[in-house]
Amino acid sequence: MTQLQGIAASSGIAIAKVYRLEAPDLSFDKKDIDQPEQEVKRLHEALDTSKSELEKIKEHTRKSLGDEHAEIFSAHLLVLSDPELIQPIEDKIKSENVNAEAALSETANMFIDMFKGMDNEYMRERAADIQDVTKRVMAHLLGVTFPDPALINEEVVIVADDLTPSDTAQLNKQYVKGFTTDIGGRTSHSAIMARSLEIPAVVGTKNITSQAGKDTMIIVDGINGDVIIDPSEDQIAEYKQKQDDFEKQKQEWAKLKDEATVTSEGDHVELVANIGTPDDVEGVLNNGGEGVGLYRTEFLYMGKSQLPTEEEQFDAYSSVLKQMGDKPVVVRTLDIGGDKELDYLDLPEEMNPFLGYRAIRLCLERDDIFRVQLRALLRASVHGNLKIMFPMIATLEEFRQAKAILDEERANLKEEGHDVSDEIEVGMMVEIPATAVIARQFAK
Amino acid sequence: MVEKTFKITSSDGVHARPATVLVQNAGKYESDINLHYKEKSVNLKSIMGIMSLGIPADAEVKITAEGSDEQEAVDHLETTMKNEGLGE
Repeated sequence: MTQLQGIAASSGIAIAKVYRLEAPDLSFDKKDIDQPEQEVKRLHEALDTSKSELEKIKEHTRKSLGDEHAEIFSAHLLVLSDPELIQPIEDKIKSENVNAEAALSETANMFIDMFKGMDNEYMRERAADIQDVTKRVMAHLLGVTFPDPALINEEVVIVADDLTPSDTAQLNKQYVKGFTTDIGGRTSHSAIMARSLEIPAVVGTKNITSQAGKDTMIIVDGINGDVIIDPSEDQIAEYKQKQDDFEKQKQEWAKLKDEATVTSEGDHVELVANIGTPDDVEGVLNNGGEGVGLYRTEFLYMGKSQLPTEEEQFDAYSSVLKQMGDKPVVVRTLDIGGDKELDYLDLPEEMNPFLGYRAIRLCLERDDIFRVQLRALLRASVHGNLKIMFPMIATLEEFRQAKAILDEERANLKEEGHDVSDEIEVGMMVEIPATAVIARQFAK
Repeated sequence: MVEKTFKITSSDGVHARPATVLVQNAGKYESDINLHYKEKSVNLKSIMGIMSLGIPADAEVKITAEGSDEQEAVDHLETTMKNEGLGE
């Protein structure tokens, strides 16, 4: 039994086997071989296993996220059947008498470099697709497990260094009972996702990945922030009891969800929820939320290879607004940069990412990105009660600039014949000390 | 040999999704099928070959097929180009 203390990121108790989500070690030695046919056979076996896994992931994605998200896997499958990729690998094995690992890696890298060198950004991003699929084949050649959170089909607790938004998006609540990570804090994205999925999580344990081996039992106590590896029978019983108590407590709380939120003096306090995706709205409505106080739009931009289009954003915003009806929805415009990076934007690394080139500063400079978001928001505004909030505003000038761009896009849309609501409140997040001090000026 | 020329009408050029469908459909035929763009020609049964051409909007491309089912192949790919909003 080993016990670790981390940060309680999402309430509840999880008791299950460890599932390690980690990048596999794909290092290999280049070897001379004397039976090339044998190597070609190994190559094809690895390709076939990879293809059948991708078929499963594609099916799973189609069911959980829809056809459009599943399409990428059709392309990945074609890469693994591509004669222009497979033939050169076979030729290399036969003509140079090298092992399949070396032939695969050298041939794939040639293609990856070629795509990376193209002058079209979209094509450059395809390099990542080839890299993704060849990694899977390499893992099978080496006999190491390639982790696929989407394919988990038994109850587990995920153990990882950190979870990316796309990892978390793949988690299936039916089997993933909780997770625990080395790094992260209460407001890191994985923690936020855990709370929206309502699965227990303890983050920031510093060294859980070096302590928890595959398939060991583990307890994650998302209430106190404790993690127990290889617990005793007594501990399991104790935590099962705690789990039951927590469920009962939750049911008690559930009875209060539609009660009015008034103080003992009769003052009404508005109870609104924070959301990250349109899927979260269900939780807001089921728990008696009076509105959305903060819709973090970053998730639309993360975990993908290019910026979301105006249509994609319009769909997401309209869906939230429609579901919320006349209840207010405060949408925060893109707060990216600093600690929240986008691979495809190529932002400079900074010493103090929390106060640097990010959020509204980035949006004002890259107003091409900002305008697409504002257009999508303005078009969606007719479907509900939209309010727009700008993040990281430091000066009056920035606020005025952001508002001016919004007004310009409103005028453009009207000229193009779109309906836009005339009653959108615009505000800012007061998160920089200087703005708190001069808040009175902003209020004017 | 059968050939047919198309103008790419999709504003994104030949990107992954329609390219995927083209390659899937090309793979159904015995014939050797190639895609020609500018001076280059690639195997239309190869997703990476097609993507490597980086074909932009308004480009002119040619599909050629040679083999026992060349006519059916080109007809099918012409329909695919149109259905995918890729070219005409």
